[in-house]
Amino acid sequence: MGSRSSHAAVIPDVDSIRRETGFSQASLIRLHHRFRALDRNKKGYLSRIDLQQIGALAVNPLGDRIIESFFPNGSQQVDFPGFVRVLAHFRPVEDEDTDLDPKKPEPLNSRRNKLHYAFQLYDLDRDGKISRHEMLQVLRLMVGVQVTEEQLENIADRTVQEADEDGDGAVSFLEFTKSLEKMDVEQKMSIRILK
Amino acid sequence: MALQIFLTFSPWNCLLLLVALEYSIASSDVNEPANSTAQHATNAWFAASSSEPDERISVFELDYDYVQIPYEVTLWILLASLAKIGFHLYHRLPGLMPESCLLILVGAVVGGIIFGTDHKSPPVMDSSIYFLYLLPPIVLEGGYFMPTRPFFENIGSILWWAVLGALINALGIGLSLYLICQVQAFGLSDVNLLQNLLFGSLISAVDPVAVLAVFEEARVNEQLYMMIFGEALLNDGITVVLYNMLIAFTKMHKFEDIEPVDILAGCARFIIVGVGGVMFGIAFGFISAFITRFTQNISAIEPLIVFMFSYLSYLAAETLYLSGILAITACAVTMKKYVEENVSQTSYTTIKYFMKMLSSVSETLIFIFMGVSTVGKNHEWNWAFICFTLAFCQIWRAISVFALFYVSNQFRTFPFSIKDQCIIFYSGVRGAGSFSLAFLLPLSLFPRKKMFVTATLVVIYFTVFIQGITIGPLVRYLDVKKTNKKESINEELHIRLMDHLKAGIEDVCGHWSHYQVRDKFKKFDHRYLRKILIRENLPKSSIVSLYKKLEMKQAIEMVETGILSSTAFSIPHQAQRIQEIKRLCPEDVESIRDILTCNMYQVRQRTLSYNKYNLKPQKSEKQAKEILIRRQNTLRESMRKGHSLPWGKPAGTKNIRYLSFPYGNPQSAGRDTRAAGFSDDDGSNPGSSSVMFSARSRIRSLQKQQAQEIIPMKSLHRGGKALSFGYQRSTSQEEYMGGSRRVALRPKPLFHAVDEEGESGGESEGEAFAVRSRWTTDRGHGRDYHRSHSPLLQRK
Repeated sequence: MGSRSSHAAVIPDVDSIRRETGFSQASLIRLHHRFRALDRNKKGYLSRIDLQQIGALAVNPLGDRIIESFFPNGSQQVDFPGFVRVLAHFRPVEDEDTDLDPKKPEPLNSRRNKLHYAFQLYDLDRDGKISRHEMLQVLRLMVGVQVTEEQLENIADRTVQEADEDGDGAVSFLEFTKSLEKMDVEQKMSIRILK
Repeated sequence: MALQIFLTFSPWNCLLLLVALEYSIASSDVNEPANSTAQHATNAWFAASSSEPDERISVFELDYDYVQIPYEVTLWILLASLAKIGFHLYHRLPGLMPESCLLILVGAVVGGIIFGTDHKSPPVMDSSIYFLYLLPPIVLEGGYFMPTRPFFENIGSILWWAVLGALINALGIGLSLYLICQVQAFGLSDVNLLQNLLFGSLISAVDPVAVLAVFEEARVNEQLYMMIFGEALLNDGITVVLYNMLIAFTKMHKFEDIEPVDILAGCARFIIVGVGGVMFGIAFGFISAFITRFTQNISAIEPLIVFMFSYLSYLAAETLYLSGILAITACAVTMKKYVEENVSQTSYTTIKYFMKMLSSVSETLIFIFMGVSTVGKNHEWNWAFICFTLAFCQIWRAISVFALFYVSNQFRTFPFSIKDQCIIFYSGVRGAGSFSLAFLLPLSLFPRKKMFVTATLVVIYFTVFIQGITIGPLVRYLDVKKTNKKESINEELHIRLMDHLKAGIEDVCGHWSHYQVRDKFKKFDHRYLRKILIRENLPKSSIVSLYKKLEMKQAIEMVETGILSSTAFSIPHQAQRIQEIKRLCPEDVESIRDILTCNMYQVRQRTLSYNKYNLKPQKSEKQAKEILIRRQNTLRESMRKGHSLPWGKPAGTKNIRYLSFPYGNPQSAGRDTRAAGFSDDDGSNPGSSSVMFSARSRIRSLQKQQAQEIIPMKSLHRGGKALSFGYQRSTSQEEYMGGSRRVALRPKPLFHAVDEEGESGGESEGEAFAVRSRWTTDRGHGRDYHRSHSPLLQRK
């Protein structure tokens, strides 16, 4: 990595990104490398087309939604800090993160933020609730074509029913969090190489 | 079930028939002591002529000796194939035991018959025949079907484990057995050190690929797969190199004359043999890849080139006493990448299947021969030697696994758990390799060869049957760590979602291990190798050819069945259902859970599962096809929205099924389509949507601003529907109309197919096109866009 260490200087605002995301210098350099590899026309930012060219995402049932999550608030481009911010959600949770200063904002890879990221994959209209319809759409994405529509609707019904506590027919973020309290989200949504 | 049993009966019947046939032939063969008398006798039997045998033309003659060897070899192969068919008919059997079990059993049966009829078995297993004809196909197949990327990602660990493991095993077993032989009580003192070392080297040749089929059920993780695969691949080569070296040592003067210089020379030779073989293989691989660049017009010889060059690499390396096995492996690995892109689709399939067939035949012959020689007189049973051999095999394998992995775990990003190591240890199943090497020991140098052969056979039988059968349950047992409590449906769904999400983000991050080396190699590959070795104008990967295939057949089918036959629009029905919240009973919950577990898409795995004995279509391919079809349908759907054509009904329930994309709230969508339809009619000439379309795009391109400005247009029509909806649409369209060469997944033909029925009606289209047009003109892809754009205009 000798010759590559100079890249740290190439990344703009590397310190603020580090503080915000908690990535190590080495990881940031690698991510920057990846960012530049994806940005084929050297524009300095990524657009949807660039992300869509990752072949494996095309056969991922959630590929489009994942790509979409990189472009919050309807923007069409994502720059390096934005790119890294999304990936920071998947940083493994280490012990030293737990005894942070309570005044600081929660790190991006906290359990709550990870869950929030997953929640946003469901909740496309950003109204803070997963409606039955949104649940149905996600189910459609993830299930093979042999399952009939009625079965899917049943499943969507049941899913919302299980999680919905205040009876409004939709799953709010709190309810979502509660339904997953037994699950080891930190481990499921962590990628080891992102340290 | 009854039908299955019946079906198993008929091949077994044929089997028995064949066996009986062979028996009768064998016995008839026995009854004919010599050639000429046989002929006379048969002539006398069948000729309706006078008693002077030599002067009449016989009407029927029987000459078995002429065809004996090919006839019996063919019968063996057929027998084994029938047995395999029977084996696979009972579908649970392949998961229980490796196929080698079956082959050995068949061989033992044949051996029993041959022995029983006192027949002389055909000389299948000669040293030259084995090394020249039977071994190369097996190794070639192993090298060709190896998944290269995981292999190279783990190459450090694999080399460390395979090379050192083989060495440790060979030397350890050899030395321990030598110590045992020193004990006078066992009567083995005439077996010297060299012989023991040689035996150790040949008995440490494992064939773990045979058990990979058993692993499949338990979903062993990829890294483990790769380690086992890599070990199998390199193991043969290393063992043979060791074997040959030690034979050379043995042939030298007496044991006492061997000096340290010789040992050093031996080590140096080991390295040279290995590395030299690999170099040869790579060179031949490149040559053959280069030649396939020019075979466009005679695609029938493409498989021939592939096979001949691989075989040539093997032979050339063997000429120079380099390792032919490593050469052919390296040749296959190098060649595969480029050849796959150059050859035609049919040649590609031919190569794959022919390779499988050849290796299958070779292995079958070896196993049957092994079975044949089990039942025979060439055995020498020595309790001590055999038992200690068995014991030491297991002990040394355990030592080498745990020691080597302990060290390599320090350097790996994904260390192997103890459970993984146990699996690797237990998968040390010996196979045909050890048997062949034992059988080919020169009797002159090894007076106690029979004992070695017996010991080898015992080890093979033990490992194949006992370890092979129990490894499945063991893996499943080790795997079941999760508690068996049922998860709620919510959790199941979310877990799967998170798995997919994690896989997707991992893909976004790309692969990081050995990043620089791989990166450099890729650059080099791109800049030089691919230009030289690959034909021009080719799709980049097999996903594209897969996509093209489904593009042409299934996509059109889906269009015709899915969209045109849409049922009544049941959106209002759905709207009502939101109000009722049904309470579901527990059985429903169970059935729902079952539906989910069976039907949810699997998370993509980096290494496709490998089956040694057949090429099954991958489940993940079907899944990928479905997902790609859906995305395509999204595009069609979104292009059809807002149609004013009579057959363009608004999306029925069936269509919704196939949409991969949230195309918005159905109620508002319904409103939108109607609104959009109206706006179309109002705003422009009905039917000449292209005019409207191009007008809009011109308007858009004039205002060189970002997409945010189309918000006002949208909100006009949608009454403030969320913006994300339109953007999502536009992204799906962009990806399809991207048209740039880099978008390997979306070749041009797709657009034309969509053209057929995708009218460009609908204001959302217009926006999307406009968005795209602006982007592409900005990005300089204008060429592509206009090219893809024009057919649309022209059609009107």
